[in-house]
Amino acid sequence: MADSQTVTPRRPLPWAWIGMAAVVIPLLLVLAFGLRRDPRALPSPLVGRMAPAFGLQLFSGGRLTLGELRGRLVVLNFWASWCVPACTDEAPVLQAIWEQYRTKGVTVVGVNIQDHEAPARTFIQRFGLTFPGGMDPRSVIAIDYGVYGVPETYLIDQSGRTVYKYAGAVSVDLLTPVMAPLLETR
Amino acid sequence: MIRQHLLVAAWVLAVTLTTSAQEVDLRVRVIASKLRCPVCQNESVADSQSELSAQMRTLIRDKLAAGETEDQIVRYFVSRYGEWILLEPPRQGVLWFVWLAPAAALLGGAVLVIAYLRRSIRPHPHLTP
Repeated sequence: MADSQTVTPRRPLPWAWIGMAAVVIPLLLVLAFGLRRDPRALPSPLVGRMAPAFGLQLFSGGRLTLGELRGRLVVLNFWASWCVPACTDEAPVLQAIWEQYRTKGVTVVGVNIQDHEAPARTFIQRFGLTFPGGMDPRSVIAIDYGVYGVPETYLIDQSGRTVYKYAGAVSVDLLTPVMAPLLETR
Repeated sequence: MIRQHLLVAAWVLAVTLTTSAQEVDLRVRVIASKLRCPVCQNESVADSQSELSAQMRTLIRDKLAAGETEDQIVRYFVSRYGEWILLEPPRQGVLWFVWLAPAAALLGGAVLVIAYLRRSIRPHPHLTP
C-alpha cells in the first residue's frame, strides 16, 4: 500500500528564534564590550580616591613616606629585577621621566616587590636609576595598592589622590599625556 | 609534687597554644578561600602557592592578630582590588544576574526541548491520511 501521506516542511517556532536571539545577542554584546577594553587597563577602585599612605625603606638609606611628597606628582612604580622584559623596557623610561620632570614637580618612586636585595641593587646599577626606590619585602604596600603583578604604575596627584593606574611597561608616550594636565593645574 | 604540677601546667599551656594556633590557621583559611589569587587562574588565595598569595595570607593573619573581623578583612581586599577579588560574586544588585542566569538558561533550554519534542510527536494538521 502506497503511503499517501505528504510531509510539508515545518516552519521553525518563531519564539524559538526569539529565545535564541535573547541568548546570543547579549552574549555578543558582552564579547564586543570585553574585546574593546584594554586588558592592560586593570580597573582599580583606588583611582579617584586618596592614595594609601606608605613608608618605604630606601636602598640609599633612610625612609620615604607618601606624606613627604604632598604637592608633587608621584609616579609610583612597582617592579622586580626578574621581570623581563617589561621592567627592563620601562626602567630607562622611568629614569628619563625623572630626569626631565623632577624640577617640574614630579617624583618617580620605585617599589621593589617579590625580589631579593642583591639582584634589585644590580638592576638599579645596570640602568643607572637615580630616583628614590626601596624594597617592600612583604608586599604590604603592593597589596595596599591592589597590585596584581609587576610592573604596575600609579600616578598620585599633588593632593595625594590616585589618578591613574597602568599594568605593564610604561612608555614616555603613554605617561606624558596623562601627566601634562596634572602639571598644568599647579 | 611541685614538679608534677609544673608538668600539668606546661601541658595545658601547650594544648591551649596549639588549639589557638589551629583556630587562627582555620580563620586565615576561611578568609583566604573567599579571595581570588591575583596572579593565578581561578584559584583562591588559600590554595595558591604563589608568593603574592602567601603574602596575602600573612597579611590576613596580621589583621586578625590586630583584632580585625573577617568581614573587615574581606572588605579591605575588596577596597583594594574591587569585587573581582571575591571568588563568589556577592548576591546583590545586578550581580544577581550572574547567579540566576545559569538556572534561567537551563530552564529556558528545557522548555525549548520539551516544546520541540511535543511538536514533533503531535499529529500534523497538514498530513493527510
